[in-house]
Amino acid sequence: MATTTVKTETFVGKRIRRREDPRLITGTATYVEDVQMPGMHYAVILRSPHAAARIRSIDTKQAVAAPGVVCVFTGKDIKGVGAVPCGIAMPDLRVPPHTILATDRVYFVGHPIAVVVARDRYLARDAADLIEVDYQVLPAVADPEKALAKVVKQRIVSQRLVPMAMETRGVVAEWHGADRQLNLYTSTQIPHLVRTLVAGMLGLEENRMRVIAPEVGGGFGSKLNVYAEEALTGYVSMKIQKPVKWIESRRENFTCTIHGRGHVDFYEIAAKRDGTILGIKLKLIQDVGAYHQLLTPLIPQLSVLMMPGLYNTQNIRADIVGVFTNCVPTDAYRGAGRPEATHGIERMVDMLAAELQMDPAEIRLKNFVTKDKFPYPTATGLVYDSGDYATPLKKALDLVGYHKLRQEQADARKQSKYMGIGISTYGEICAIGPSPATPAGGWESATVKIEPSGKVTIMTGACPHGQGEETTFAQIAADELGVGLDDILVLRGDTAVVQYGIGTFGSRATAVGGSALYYALQDLKAKIKKFGAMLLESEDVTLTGGKVICNKTGNSKSLQEIAGATYRALKLPPNTEPGLMATRFWEPPNFTFPFGAHIVVTDIDGETGQIKIRRYVAVDDCGNILNPLIVDGQVHGGVAQGLGQALWEQAVYDDNGQLITGELMDYAVPRSHMMPWIESHHTCTPSPVNPLGVKGVGEAGTIGCSPAVVNSVVDALSPLGVRHIDMPLTPEKIWKLLATKN
Amino acid sequence: MDITLTINGKSYSQDVEPRLLLIHFVRDVAGLTGTHMGCETSLCGACTVELNGKAIKSCTMFAVQAKGADIVTVEGLASDGKLDPMQEAFWNEHGLQCGFCTPGMIMASKQILDRNPAPTEDEIRHGLEGNVCRCTGYQHIVNAVKAAAAGAGK
Repeated sequence: MATTTVKTETFVGKRIRRREDPRLITGTATYVEDVQMPGMHYAVILRSPHAAARIRSIDTKQAVAAPGVVCVFTGKDIKGVGAVPCGIAMPDLRVPPHTILATDRVYFVGHPIAVVVARDRYLARDAADLIEVDYQVLPAVADPEKALAKVVKQRIVSQRLVPMAMETRGVVAEWHGADRQLNLYTSTQIPHLVRTLVAGMLGLEENRMRVIAPEVGGGFGSKLNVYAEEALTGYVSMKIQKPVKWIESRRENFTCTIHGRGHVDFYEIAAKRDGTILGIKLKLIQDVGAYHQLLTPLIPQLSVLMMPGLYNTQNIRADIVGVFTNCVPTDAYRGAGRPEATHGIERMVDMLAAELQMDPAEIRLKNFVTKDKFPYPTATGLVYDSGDYATPLKKALDLVGYHKLRQEQADARKQSKYMGIGISTYGEICAIGPSPATPAGGWESATVKIEPSGKVTIMTGACPHGQGEETTFAQIAADELGVGLDDILVLRGDTAVVQYGIGTFGSRATAVGGSALYYALQDLKAKIKKFGAMLLESEDVTLTGGKVICNKTGNSKSLQEIAGATYRALKLPPNTEPGLMATRFWEPPNFTFPFGAHIVVTDIDGETGQIKIRRYVAVDDCGNILNPLIVDGQVHGGVAQGLGQALWEQAVYDDNGQLITGELMDYAVPRSHMMPWIESHHTCTPSPVNPLGVKGVGEAGTIGCSPAVVNSVVDALSPLGVRHIDMPLTPEKIWKLLATKN
Repeated sequence: MDITLTINGKSYSQDVEPRLLLIHFVRDVAGLTGTHMGCETSLCGACTVELNGKAIKSCTMFAVQAKGADIVTVEGLASDGKLDPMQEAFWNEHGLQCGFCTPGMIMASKQILDRNPAPTEDEIRHGLEGNVCRCTGYQHIVNAVKAAAAGAGK
């Protein structure tokens, strides 16, 4: 690893192993559950077993009297706490009141009803079992289509998925009554927004609340939210004047943390006989769930924005119908609206190609927005920043050996073998985003401090939780200042340490947060040069390799000497303050629009319906790459979640609103032996939107994956007249299809 | 019940409830929080520790069942500031992102090499079947186990 302070060494663009890893591989990182405090109490939440019911009565007497129990709160006991917030304002949007505990009605399985607090987690759970709730069970609606009239079009389902971060949610609340100070440790992607919104819910002054996102064990959008439990744990700590810990069980994580997707889409696509796309029409039914969580109404809007994909058409029409169901709310899950849109357009383009007997690669190349058209305004109101869509597709076709594969497929078909080649060319909206287009601010912040010793501390408003910005941000700063990686420390995730920030989601941390860092570094470099010039008594100086050098004499002052001088402040340059610190809040002028092409080759076992992925080729263009090792990791993980949706994962509610895939036993997340080898490649079209030229890569794999897989399987089965299959493509589904068609 | 067990070479004696899970003994009694609870049902493997030389899932074993056992957790792998080769391999190959599954993943990976010093890619993938990672797509983890195996074979 390159850690020495070699002045000429640069770091951006290199495969540098991560600086956050030592604590993670030695078991010494601190996640929420690892936070211990003297006098800690444990909260367990009693939840509704019914999807829809009236609560006639709740009897907590036995629970209150149980060993070790300190208190029990029901919905009626909670006073003066605001509703769980929905961050999206739209005309005529119906937002049902969402209290932190249910009072007289429950609307989904897992709806919180009461909280039991005890001095021991086992005793709290025991006591929760002693609460008696008298329910009048009511009819539930779990299927969004059942609430609506029938429409006949090409129907494409993007099924409900469970984000399933490896670390469940958890909260530790610590109230200091004498100081009116609430410290809230929570596993979140957005600590500052949680502070603003939870302080508001609790009626607490925002500056009296500190939110700490310690080590966060995965989010994928599920922790881009404000949850009832965050306010509830804080409320309980304030009431009992003790630290309180609530850790979500895996079962709760399945039933009570937001789900993703949940679309039923009806598409129409029109084209000339030569394959030129004329227009796309969509009716989108979004399964909302029981409530709007923070961003619920925004997610289908992101689908509509991304509807045209990479294709040059100005005729788009979309209608969104949001349907409340007795299920846990849907909200942002990796890709958030863009995987659904990409799945729709990429399936429709394949169907169109089949209809016109065109090659699926050829129809895409014919309809791509061409290189000369950027910046390209879409019919949905976006302006694509930069792009070269044909290049990654051609590269992927070459890598996979497309023409040879088509010949092989023709031979395989003669022997009644099912072999498929599936293409997906995707675009996505990243670096979210300009503030006018986002529900909270869309900017990001960075502070850079150079300490008197010359060591560099960065505080980022982004809140990485696996994405590696402790490393990539150090790379950026090391190159700008000419210092070593070991001279730099990156801090994040604590509202008492870091200036206000927005957080990590929507592939934004590097593109927006990294740009804020870049500009803060420019401010500092200007100040370093001023002090260096003063100390060297020359106006003609250069900052390079961690030194300010006089161009005439060759004399130099090191960053350490200059930093010391800025704090000692014996002499100051004109109009210059002491100290060496800069903060920037950077507002991006536009989103970024990464893109790419994924090609999947499948072989299907006609006897069992088992799909085998023979090749997975991904060519992603995320602009400039700061650390190829980290980018590869993001692509692999994204593809794994895309494959999960394409082949295995589905959150299934029965007609009574019971989640019947409520454990890892029933919900099939990808495991190591299920994953193919991913051949990850890149093209590079820098973004003109930010100074780093980066676009974002966190969601690319997920967005590009699912249509490539389904297109491949449909291609394999097309000789049987198969035109479309909804995900997940389980062996059972394929086997049944083969049984019907043969 | 009074039990004594050894974790990372240190002896711990405690009067515990018979229902106390081994993972809670490791985390709360011994204070070793590197072992993580991911699913409570032995399906995710985040809680994997080594018990008398075998990788086990500490979330579905009672502490009393481990009476007298010799346990190694992720905290017991590095010695004198020197990382275990498997830890080093996970670091070099970017075999982790959020890090939550990592301690269990490293313990399971070590077990694979204990049983078979030169596993094929397929054997590595099947050896890790019981451990879920939601971040990496497993490819860099597979690379890490391969690298550790190659390093040990040198």
